[in-house]
Amino acid sequence: MCRRENNDLSGNDVVQSFITGSGSFPTFASLNSQLRILVLSLLPSTISDPKNLGTVLHFIYLSSGEGMGGGIRQLLEQVHRLSRRCLFRVLSMGPLPTHLAFIMDGNRRYAKKRGLEDGSGHKAGFSALMSMLQYCYELGIKYVTVYAFSIDNFRRKPEEVQSLMDLMLEKIKSLLDKESIVHEYGIRVYFIGNLGLLNDQVRAAAEEVMKATAKNSRVVLLVCVAYNSTDEIVQAVKRSCVDKADRDVERIQLVDIEENMQMSVAPEPDILIRSSGETRLSNFLLWQTGNSQLFSPDALWPEIGLRHLVWAILNFQRSHSYLEKKKKQL
Amino acid sequence: MLSLRVPSTSFHPRRFHAGALERRWRLGRDCFLSFSHPRGTRSLGVKSTKSEMAPFTAAEEETLPEGLHPELMPKHVAVIMDGNGRWAKNKGLQPWDGHRAGVEALREIVELCGKWGIQVLTVFAFSTDNWIRPKIEIDFLLNLFERTLKSELETLAKNNVRISIIGDSSKLPKSLLKVINEVEEVTKNNTRLQLIVAVGYSGKYDVLQACRGIAQRVKDGEIEVEEIDEKLIEQELETNCTEFPYPDLLIRTSGELRVSNFLLWQLAYTELFFAQELWPDFGRSGFIEALMSFQQRQRRFGGRKS
Repeated sequence: MCRRENNDLSGNDVVQSFITGSGSFPTFASLNSQLRILVLSLLPSTISDPKNLGTVLHFIYLSSGEGMGGGIRQLLEQVHRLSRRCLFRVLSMGPLPTHLAFIMDGNRRYAKKRGLEDGSGHKAGFSALMSMLQYCYELGIKYVTVYAFSIDNFRRKPEEVQSLMDLMLEKIKSLLDKESIVHEYGIRVYFIGNLGLLNDQVRAAAEEVMKATAKNSRVVLLVCVAYNSTDEIVQAVKRSCVDKADRDVERIQLVDIEENMQMSVAPEPDILIRSSGETRLSNFLLWQTGNSQLFSPDALWPEIGLRHLVWAILNFQRSHSYLEKKKKQL
Repeated sequence: MLSLRVPSTSFHPRRFHAGALERRWRLGRDCFLSFSHPRGTRSLGVKSTKSEMAPFTAAEEETLPEGLHPELMPKHVAVIMDGNGRWAKNKGLQPWDGHRAGVEALREIVELCGKWGIQVLTVFAFSTDNWIRPKIEIDFLLNLFERTLKSELETLAKNNVRISIIGDSSKLPKSLLKVINEVEEVTKNNTRLQLIVAVGYSGKYDVLQACRGIAQRVKDGEIEVEEIDEKLIEQELETNCTEFPYPDLLIRTSGELRVSNFLLWQLAYTELFFAQELWPDFGRSGFIEALMSFQQRQRRFGGRKS
């Protein structure tokens, strides 16, 4: 950010520059969201005396430079975490979903909208995913499933498919790092899909992560990669036919197919959230989402935030008692 | 779901002596796909405004409303007709009045589909989950369905509508099965519109019966396990009765945001539209809104819009 060039600048000057955008100080618009919230929260007390605000702004600008920047960021993160914890405590008063599923749609449109290069949409999408996982696990949701890559996506241009595979390889490997979210929350990771369709490196990395996290049991992350619901059902039907080959076919029941599904490691999703406003399932969890609440916010995946999650959960809580009554009847 | 579903509270066994059964049967007979003029409804004070479904021959084909493009019309529309009971409750009426109003709405939609070139309309009448209702209620509903099919056969044949019934027929009474076979046989060559009614149906059941069919074929040595693929399952599903088994658009009324196990496999790429109105209020305007929303969507099927 900026450096204070003249020690004699008064608070009034700073505020003026801040608001008008002149001088060497950045404007309100250029602050990141955390600093904006801090500034706004200080406004009421400084209305009568702008000098106070000016002093604080000085402090912020100075500390946001090298060295002390990390400290302020950490402080703000702690403030955020605390307020999130309060919000989640309120939400936990009502019923919470056990399993949330996400279709992460809209990365490329996001990159185009922001005028970024092609690959950065997916990178931004990955950060959004990490934040969303953090919120879910903080809230106490045990299972989260994400639709990372569909079998249909292999039909895209080879360069795009390759860059996605490279990104996935990088991110899958990063899950094994000590500082990763996997270790922070004790996540058990599953990779669901036709892994044989992936290249050897990605498949090997995925299997390594599954093996390394096999002992974790607190929360579960299911990443659907090279996945199609119809493909999953075909594999389950094949296995059922083989298992029951020696028995009467009439004895094949729903449970026989279900236990052969790859997604049988998790219960059915309570909520399915698809970003970017499209309202379709796109061959994702067709078998498992028969009774799930479907929610499709207009935000593109990298723009998805805490508010969308809270809104989905509030809607879930609204219809929960009715759905429980129906389930008990079955 | 289609309005065969009557809340279980109105079918308390104690209240179900012979007289009440007869009266409710007479009143309820006019619900659900009843296109003939209702008799014996004076006590209800609710009259239907249309007595018969207007024939939609080619000569009467309507031009599409403004804003809808003929080349973007969906070929197959599926509908979950939810909200009859709530509609009746809101108006202070009895549940079967809600079903009658639901029938009017369905009639309108069937006519519009015929006029606007939609080729298949699938409606969710009775789910496998509904079998848990009291036996008396189920018997009543299936009896109702049977009588309605019988009375509507002529109208359907005249309007060039083909009827197909999908679902688990093993639990249906023999007389109903006989009527279903007759209706399907008589209308099988009709080409204007195919009306698929799902009775005793759920998406999971459909996949299960397909799986059993395939397992039998494997056992008979007709196919190998390795040959099982998506195409094979598609052929074994009950929606193989139509050329377009995959709905382009699914509409669910009454604001509920879920699919409720209707058409599982077939909904892989279907555009979903959730309408706030209850089914009896849905009608032409709601249908146009759903179609306009459908026509504006970008369908990519996993690929990229080039």
